Amino acid sequence: MERKTKVNAEDGKQEVLITREFDLPLDLLFKAYAEPEIVEQWMGTKVLKLENEKYGGWQFQTSDAKGNVVFEATGCVHEFVPNQKITRTFEMANAPFPAQLEFLEFESLTEDTSKLTMHIIYKSPAFRDQMMQMGFAPGLNMAHNRLQTIVSKLK
Amino acid sequence: MNLRRDVFQAIADPTRRAILLLVASQGMTAGAIAANFDTARPTVSKHLQILTECELLQQTQTGREVYYHLNAKKMKAIADFIEPFRAMWDDRFNKLETIMKQYKSKKNQ
Repeated sequence: MERKTKVNAEDGKQEVLITREFDLPLDLLFKAYAEPEIVEQWMGTKVLKLENEKYGGWQFQTSDAKGNVVFEATGCVHEFVPNQKITRTFEMANAPFPAQLEFLEFESLTEDTSKLTMHIIYKSPAFRDQMMQMGFAPGLNMAHNRLQTIVSKLK
Repeated sequence: MNLRRDVFQAIADPTRRAILLLVASQGMTAGAIAANFDTARPTVSKHLQILTECELLQQTQTGREVYYHLNAKKMKAIADFIEPFRAMWDDRFNKLETIMKQYKSKKNQ
């Protein structure tokens, strides 16, 4: 099967490009990023704040079964153009990583398909590599797996 | 010591990446490696030390000469970090797709 999600991370660069084509019309793809309750479902995190506007802020938080916060991230929204683009910063709380800049571009391919391009820029190549490793750290996966269980129960 | 983290710090430096490329095809002595750079010999030695400490380079002794080789296994670990990252996003996006397809059919009911 063709890999739907592509990651381009050139050696020694401080950026990563993630692209994905969806079997979804553009407006539905964008809605998955705009509606807090939908973001919660697929990101597997609680959305405490999601202000979809210039100068807006966002805050995600994930807790384990005992209620301990295992992941928290915040950022500012710089651009929010429905069905086109979101520009925002991302910073993990209680982690030794500086903020990163994210450019999200949404485009329509056909009536029923769309494409997302995520361009993430890190402070340095070393931080990029470390963040990419952290992306699948145990704490995050735990929340992820729990969500998977919840979603499969809903079906 | 967080060894993995050090590996990524090690390859973040352009000179160290150049050294890894140099020894990729054959083992080389410190002198032979240093001859490829304009930087001072002690600087190159320092880079070699860092690369050896985080196990990206291995040393072998042949007579009086010490040769530096690439540790292919460690290098592979670096290349491999992209795939789990990709798989994580693929997972998330698959979930997004599933959720939105359900959302769509609910809306159409």
